[in-house]
Amino acid sequence: MLERIEEIRVEGSAAIEAAAGTAELEELRVRYLGRKAELTAILRGIAELPAEERGKVGGSANKVRKELEALLESRAEILDASELESQLAEDRVDVTLPGAPARPVGHIHLITRTTRQIEDVMVGLGYRVMEGPEVEHDYYNFTALNHPPGHPARMLQDTFYVQSDPEVLLRTHTSPVQIRSMEAQSPPIFMIAPGKVYRRDSDATHSPMFHQVEGLAIGEGITLADLQGTLDEMLRAIFGAGRKARMRPHFFPFTEPSVEFDVSCFQCEGTGTLVDGARCNLCKGIGWIEVGGAGMVDPNVLGFVESNGYDPERVQGFAFGMGVERIAMLRHGVPDLRRFFDNDVRVLEQFA
Amino acid sequence: MRVPYSWLREYCDPGIEPGELAERLAMTGTEVERVGTVGPPSAEGFVVGKVLSAEPHPNADRLRVCAVDTGDGERTIVCGAANVAAGQTVPVALPGATLPGGHKIGKAKLRGVESAGMICAATELELGEGPAGILVLEGDGLVAGTPLAEVLPIAESVLELEVTPNRVDCFGVYGVAREVHAISDAPLSAEPWVEDAAAAGEGEVGDYASVTVEAPELCPRFTARVFTGVRIAPSPAWLQARLTAAGQRPINNVVDITNYVMLLTAQPLHAFDLDKVPDGALTVRTAADGEKMKTLDDVERTFDAETVLVCDRNGPSGIAGIMGGQTSEVSDETTSVLLEVATWNGTNILRTSRMLSLRSEASSRFEKQLHPELCGRAQRIASRLIIELCGAELVPGTIDVAAEIPEPRQLRLRGERVEGLLGMAIEQADQRAYLGRLGFTAEPTGDDLEVTVPPDRHYDIAREVDLIEEVGRIHGLDEHLPSTLPSVAGRVGGLTPEQRLRRRTEDALRDLGFDEVVGWSFTDPAEPGRLRISADDPRADGVALSNPLSEDQSVMRTTLLGSLLDVAQRNLARGADRVALFESGRVYLTTPPTGLQADPESAFTPVGALCGDFVGDRAAPAIEPHRIGCLAVGPLAAKSWRGGGEPADFFALKGTLEGVAGLLGLELSVEPAEEPFLHPGRSAHVSVAGEPAGWIGELHLLVCRAWDLEAAVAFEVDLAALIAASPAGEETFEDVATFPAVYQDLAVVVPTEIAAARLREAVLAAGGGLLHAAEVFDVYEGEQLGEGRKSLAMQLEFRAADRTLTDDEVLAQRAAIEAELSKIGGSLRA
Repeated sequence: MLERIEEIRVEGSAAIEAAAGTAELEELRVRYLGRKAELTAILRGIAELPAEERGKVGGSANKVRKELEALLESRAEILDASELESQLAEDRVDVTLPGAPARPVGHIHLITRTTRQIEDVMVGLGYRVMEGPEVEHDYYNFTALNHPPGHPARMLQDTFYVQSDPEVLLRTHTSPVQIRSMEAQSPPIFMIAPGKVYRRDSDATHSPMFHQVEGLAIGEGITLADLQGTLDEMLRAIFGAGRKARMRPHFFPFTEPSVEFDVSCFQCEGTGTLVDGARCNLCKGIGWIEVGGAGMVDPNVLGFVESNGYDPERVQGFAFGMGVERIAMLRHGVPDLRRFFDNDVRVLEQFA
Repeated sequence: MRVPYSWLREYCDPGIEPGELAERLAMTGTEVERVGTVGPPSAEGFVVGKVLSAEPHPNADRLRVCAVDTGDGERTIVCGAANVAAGQTVPVALPGATLPGGHKIGKAKLRGVESAGMICAATELELGEGPAGILVLEGDGLVAGTPLAEVLPIAESVLELEVTPNRVDCFGVYGVAREVHAISDAPLSAEPWVEDAAAAGEGEVGDYASVTVEAPELCPRFTARVFTGVRIAPSPAWLQARLTAAGQRPINNVVDITNYVMLLTAQPLHAFDLDKVPDGALTVRTAADGEKMKTLDDVERTFDAETVLVCDRNGPSGIAGIMGGQTSEVSDETTSVLLEVATWNGTNILRTSRMLSLRSEASSRFEKQLHPELCGRAQRIASRLIIELCGAELVPGTIDVAAEIPEPRQLRLRGERVEGLLGMAIEQADQRAYLGRLGFTAEPTGDDLEVTVPPDRHYDIAREVDLIEEVGRIHGLDEHLPSTLPSVAGRVGGLTPEQRLRRRTEDALRDLGFDEVVGWSFTDPAEPGRLRISADDPRADGVALSNPLSEDQSVMRTTLLGSLLDVAQRNLARGADRVALFESGRVYLTTPPTGLQADPESAFTPVGALCGDFVGDRAAPAIEPHRIGCLAVGPLAAKSWRGGGEPADFFALKGTLEGVAGLLGLELSVEPAEEPFLHPGRSAHVSVAGEPAGWIGELHLLVCRAWDLEAAVAFEVDLAALIAASPAGEETFEDVATFPAVYQDLAVVVPTEIAAARLREAVLAAGGGLLHAAEVFDVYEGEQLGEGRKSLAMQLEFRAADRTLTDDEVLAQRAAIEAELSKIGGSLRA
């Protein structure tokens, strides 16, 4: 019996050393150590042996079993490694072929992007974003904004009217949202209203459809100086640190006092002159670029929403408005307003 | 408003260059569009000359050889004008001078005679029409060699002001001078209308003329004066020069005077040839509807019942405040003049001028509402000039039909309100000074001022706040206003959940490879037809404009599809080989679509603005749902050596839509349905939480052809419907980690017509609470299944929140699913 165990050891060791692949090794494992293997049978039959042989045979068989297991394991490691190596060699690819094309990433339109930028700035200053209809009542677009019927200021904006109702028009500015918002919310109110507006005018600097952002701040003791500070903050956020707002008195029916506001030129740092001494082409040498209109909300306008808490003797505040396209044109050098609605993908894709 | 600088300086000389004044005006509320020059670019080289002799040219019949004294001696100048003669005093351009238009004068030989300069005509100096030939100056007291600029306004700077509609006073040169005085504190000359003319004519004005005003509410004041012995002639050079520089064409002395006085005072005037007004009787009345008249510009105009006319016995002779007629126009034969200076109702003038599409210098002033007080001013100045320049006599008396002249307006300006509104303090003494310079009187009462408004500003300055603007702007905003932020407490900024989800949706489509476009809101009324939308479909009934710029922009869009197709077509025509576009924008409907109402149970109650439910007391006139539209032509990703590059089809875009829905935490229901513009077999309606949300499909071939496309696939969904159903932001935790799920595959053979969605619904219904998900991952049709059958493979996910499922539990559910499937003709695949 002990000789047989020794024979198994010699035979098995040799076979394992000679095994050429992991599959063959698995066969050897079954043959020498499996359930039907001779060594397994010997170990299983130990109990039936005479008591004096049990120790010797058991010890010897277990030793051989462990030896073969160890051999199998070390042989398997060697074979695994070499097989993996040849497998990897076979898997080699031509890394110089082009990569799989990524699905193209799209682009947000420059108008949306600019609008969002303004929204984010104003949200940071504590404003909410309100929306109103584009097909609007004359009342909100003109009358409640202190443009009574027959007022010359109505002539300033050429208006599209709706066929079915002469009192309905396409809003000429986002200002109607001021009135709607004040009807819905008592003071204090801090809101902006972005959106499409329409004027009957079409050339390189006028589009019959364009976008504005309106701002409104009403509460107790809000002053023209607060408008200056708000415009300073807003224009810095849009056009970069170091910019300043400049207000020039103007006339709008729905604000009193009224101003137009400019930003100090971000190309020439407000000097009107470029580094090389040439006249700045962006601000035309003035040092300032017109951005929009603003002012203290006219008491007559507040009078239209007085029942909702807008007593002009108690609350006051400012409103401002500006063209989104104009800001985008200034910031990104777009030469012609009409390019925005042409939607040429070669242009759209310039703005990530 | 064109303001010649020399004219302005006659009343107020700020002592600065016109460019600098323009800047100061801009910073105080009067924008200057540009500072132009009338006449030669520079006055250099232009002098007064005396013609000593004028002899015929030896070699040319029409030329004269003149000896001219130009102060620096005698020089020879060859002149082509027929009217040149010895003894004249004339303007001379010396060699080196530059004419308007840039021509530089040099020494030149003309037909063999050397000419050292040029004798100028009025037109050559842009000084007006002048008589034919050279300009002859009134020579008395003029010394040869005097710079011409001292005699005539040559090289005149002209400020082109953009006067805001509230500042009708600045439509007159004196009003501008007052404004310049206010902002510069340079002295202002006395008002030019104080002194009246002496009336030396015979009789009394009532002997010559009469005026009846039948519409006093539309004609608050009508004044008239009569002049006899009028001699019509060209105006003198200075008057022609001023009018020309101000942009008016000189006509004759009387007409020029009316224009001059208007430019000076802002009050328009009208001169009648009195002999052509039967009995001198004028009536102001409203027109009969359809009444006609030929205006001075030789156009026949038709009026309505709100048009105000100035009529004589024979009918209309002028449109009040807008334009005169031809019947009583002043001509060379005129000897008697009736001068009308009236006040009209501004609103009515604006209305009529728009109705007739006829604007004039007069109407652009009247429409802003002039004060009746201005009539007298204009009559006084014009009378003096007509007497002086036309040799006329003023008949004593003024016809003055005045309804009522408003009392001067009194306002209180509270000191604390000035600082309270502006956020900067202005000393009371300064406030008084500013208002005084602007023509107001301001008397202190404690911290306040009692202010009287001058007639020029009566309609503009009606409230305390208007005065605050005046003192603020003159004080200087740019210099003095601090930069502060509102100190109001309780401000909370932020986007609403809907606004955030809209951005999320737009960003998702961008990340999925789509370019955002911004399409026109208006479209062609023929567009629904091109989309095969029938006339009775509500989408063919858009909001129509009554005054569109063009027919193809005359109706508001009812779908985003049209503008997406337009953009695709344009880009493909420019050489793009594929486009993937989306738009996030509104459509404009006249009838409400179904399924747009926000779900009241939803966490998002105010989806408001997205479905056109805007804040405000009055509902929006149209319905304006916010839509997301998406269109793809060609592949979504490029073809490569590994394959790909298939044109986007129904499933490509459905995947995109599902991707967006997934981001919003939504499960969409997509059911076969037809739309006129979609391929009938590859189109569907999309709904979410049982509410209709939009459509998706491959475009109908006929629609593709109408936009020159081979194939395209699109969807359009209502953002409000998606967002109302979205749990985004309100999700609750679900435990998926504590107990493991059991995954099983299920292959089912069903009749081909059973939709995958039906099968999945049946499986989910039968799976009970333990079946967590069931997704189709393979579809197979083949011979061994037999005709009319298909196999769908699904992966099932079973799980329970509180335990690990046993094999028996899963088997029981699976058996229930099999039983349910057999009811709809399905069987497990062997």
